Amino acid sequence: MAQVALRNIVKTFDKTPAVQGIDLDIADREFIVLVGPSGCGKSTTLRMIAGLEEATSGEIYIGDQLVNDVPPKDRDIAMVFQNYALYPHMTVYENMSFGLRLKKFPKSEIRDRVENAARILDITDLLQRRPRQLSGGQRQRVAMGRAIVRNPKVFLFDEPLSNLDAKLRVQMRTEIKKVHQKVTTTTVYVTHDQVEAMTLADRVVVMNGGRIEQIGSPNEVYHHPATRFVAGFIGSPAMNFLPCRLEESDDQLVVRLSDTLSFPVPPSRVARYRPRVGNELIFGLRPEDIIEGRGELAPGTAAFEVLLDVVEPMGMETMVYFIVDGVEVCGRVNPAAARNAGETMRLVADLNHMHLIDTRTDQVI
Amino acid sequence: MAEAVARDVRVSPIGRRKTARALVRRKSLVAFAMALPLIAVIAGLVVYPAAYAIHLAMLNKSMQHFVGLGNYQFLFRRFIEVSNLSWATFWSWSFEVKLSTFAMVVEQSVLFAVSAVIFKAVIGFVLAHFVHNIPQKGQRKWRGMLLVPWVIPPAMSTLAWLWLFDPSYSAFNWIFTRIGLPAVPWLGNPYWARFGVILDNVWVGAPFFMIMYLAALKSVPEQLHEAAAIDGATWLQKIWYINLPMMRNIIAITALFSLIVTFANFDIVKILTNGGPIDQTQVFATWAFMKGIQGNDIPLGASVSLFMFPILAVAAILILRNVRKRTNEI
Amino acid sequence: MTVATAQLEGEARRPPRYGSMARGRRRALFWSYFFLALFVIFFLMPPVYMFITSLKSSGEISAATNPWWVFHPTLSNYTNLLTQKQFLIFYRNSAIVSVLVVSVTMVISVLAAFSLARMKFWGSATLATGVFLTYLVPDTLLFIPLFKIFAFIHDKTGIELINHWWVLIVLYPTLTVPFCTWIMIGYFASIPKELDEAALIDGAGYMQMLLRVFIPVALPGIIAATIFAFTVSWANFLYPLAFTTSADQLVLPVGIVTTLIKGDVYNWGQIMTGALLGAAPPLVIYAFLMDYYIAGLTAGATKG
Repeated sequence: MAQVALRNIVKTFDKTPAVQGIDLDIADREFIVLVGPSGCGKSTTLRMIAGLEEATSGEIYIGDQLVNDVPPKDRDIAMVFQNYALYPHMTVYENMSFGLRLKKFPKSEIRDRVENAARILDITDLLQRRPRQLSGGQRQRVAMGRAIVRNPKVFLFDEPLSNLDAKLRVQMRTEIKKVHQKVTTTTVYVTHDQVEAMTLADRVVVMNGGRIEQIGSPNEVYHHPATRFVAGFIGSPAMNFLPCRLEESDDQLVVRLSDTLSFPVPPSRVARYRPRVGNELIFGLRPEDIIEGRGELAPGTAAFEVLLDVVEPMGMETMVYFIVDGVEVCGRVNPAAARNAGETMRLVADLNHMHLIDTRTDQVI
Repeated sequence: MAEAVARDVRVSPIGRRKTARALVRRKSLVAFAMALPLIAVIAGLVVYPAAYAIHLAMLNKSMQHFVGLGNYQFLFRRFIEVSNLSWATFWSWSFEVKLSTFAMVVEQSVLFAVSAVIFKAVIGFVLAHFVHNIPQKGQRKWRGMLLVPWVIPPAMSTLAWLWLFDPSYSAFNWIFTRIGLPAVPWLGNPYWARFGVILDNVWVGAPFFMIMYLAALKSVPEQLHEAAAIDGATWLQKIWYINLPMMRNIIAITALFSLIVTFANFDIVKILTNGGPIDQTQVFATWAFMKGIQGNDIPLGASVSLFMFPILAVAAILILRNVRKRTNEI
Repeated sequence: MTVATAQLEGEARRPPRYGSMARGRRRALFWSYFFLALFVIFFLMPPVYMFITSLKSSGEISAATNPWWVFHPTLSNYTNLLTQKQFLIFYRNSAIVSVLVVSVTMVISVLAAFSLARMKFWGSATLATGVFLTYLVPDTLLFIPLFKIFAFIHDKTGIELINHWWVLIVLYPTLTVPFCTWIMIGYFASIPKELDEAALIDGAGYMQMLLRVFIPVALPGIIAATIFAFTVSWANFLYPLAFTTSADQLVLPVGIVTTLIKGDVYNWGQIMTGALLGAAPPLVIYAFLMDYYIAGLTAGATKG
């Protein structure tokens, strides 16, 4: 069990920068998730922690030890790969005990550790099988077992659920969370799926283009995104973005989205936004903050009427799409209240959850 | 023809079954016809001669009488005769001198085949790893250069070795004498002659092993090596625990295959030593040639060649089993 | 959030040594190149030596100067051989035999492979295994009975089968057909069945499917098999040695070995030149079509 620290990590491949300056402190026993689109550098960062890639510059600490020039086998880490990387010619037992056998652990201790891990992962009756006789989910569990058995300082997961079908993915996600509750090792988990990030992480690290966009708890990252990228990446369906202008009229701030549509800024935000009047900004609002209009308006909300373009019934809710000034906007309404496509509908926007983004810096104000 | 097919389809169920069967029958007839030349070649030029060889081996020298296993008795009698005569007083002396030629042929063939294949396998394995280790771009160049011995017709390259081993002008001896080592009598001395034959054989065959092992090595997923690195394996442990087991099949197939080919080798021994000195490098193929074609004793030659057969058959069965295992795995 | 930073600040930190893992990797690379170079020297030494000797006159050879270097290079060996009628006859015989054998082999192999890979008929599976087994039967097993068979045919029908180079065209296919068929079966089997069905619907008969679809798609395999057949035919030594004796019937490998080595006096300059010229066609093909050459080799085992 140990903390991990990355100081100004840079990695360039043949003049192409993959990671451009990462600073990260991971606390002991923390489950941290690196999330971002393909090519954002998250896997590269993970592999640098593992020692499978060497950092071009910067320092990596595992525990208190500087590990830049320490080879993977001496870093006391364990890794779960996307393709499981199980040794096909060995049984499950041999796969899990391989690292221990290399280090010449006594047979009794090997057996104890393997059986313990197998119990945690519920694979005790698979110990004598070979990888090719196992299903995808079982293989993934064996891969995790191999990691647990080593009792390392850090667990590293490289997109472990990407090869599984959707239903299995949800199941394994819960398994991983349960295992982490039992085996509380520091974990660095990489994924491109923001749902996985949100459900598993103690803290989320959103990466893009080799840099960290934001670090925070899942709630922080969801409700208080720091940049345009984070706001648009986290949450499904994605946040709506509309170009807007901030106007002032009789001591009130108004967000103008089009000639026909504008929203008043809630009083709590006025002070923050006032300096930006007249700027070109981007208005962000999540679909779940655009709901059907009903009865009285709560403070900070505004009602408006739109012509529905597309209506998608999802069962539990219905997604409605409409166009504002050429941009498609998504709202989430109660199925009973939803109108049909082509009809007008009264919607209410909860502006207490609005975001304004500076177009020059892409920062959320 | 598409029209015809469409018309057939619209026929009633029973009719459709009949035409389908006719189509299948016609198809298998066509297939058989296409395979006929192959069957002719195999039957006429391989199976029949092989069977005929068995028949020939059982005739006497003038091929008038049927002598059953007489030829083998002849070959082996002297083998056994030697053992009886051998020990007593002049044990080691008469053993060497009186060892029947055929026994020597068997011993030499086995010696050459086994030692050559072992060397080739080891060299091929090592080379495959070195080539795999260097950056991808350079691999093609090195691989290209290393395969050259295999590409050159063995008869031609053996002439080069013959020249290199020449008693008076050997280029090797030229170097040896220059650095103070004695000149080696190469092909004049039985032990050096055997060494020369094996060396030539290994030189020709090692590249083949390298290519096959390289292909097998490349099919081992890189992630397994990464997982092993994290599990704590050194490069040697990676080769022992991962590469070797996963290449096991190809290693076996290639080695068995080479065993067959090396065992039956003719060109190298014929050109380099012609079996000499004093028949100390004779192998099955060259001795069969000498007795059968040059000595005009066809049945004897046939029996010598045939002696290879059991060993080849065992190797062939082992190969087949490994090939089947390979297609079933993973 | 940053619990660990405080601890780290206090500790005396030594600067990381960048590239130490890369240095280990560089060391591994050095040794790899070192041994590769060693083996390249070992493997290329004989052909290079052949070339050096071929540029020497007999005088220089018998003078026993440094055998590894030419002091007075001359092309006389080359000009002698290439203008010598006998040598050219060897070349001609080899070329004709090889080309014809390749053609015969490819026709037989492609037809048979197509039939075995695609169309199931009674016994096709055993035949496929039989093809593979046939490849394992060495020529040294067959040459004696074949010799007797040919002599027999000569006695009965008067057709002279021994001592004619065109006999080889009958014999070589035993060596080339099995393996070429095996290679082609592998390539044909890997063509998706949907292509057949599309062709059938488009109205193609089996012959047309073979010519228009299979052969073009499996062209790399065909090239690999062709190269294999050519190399084996060109290099064969045992069959021509056993079956051809008169000088004008010999093919190149046998011709060089038997006629240039006359009695006790060996003209090594000429022998090496002849050997080099004899090795040239396979080497040239290899140089230009190396990938196909290697694909042919590995196809046998890895395509199972």
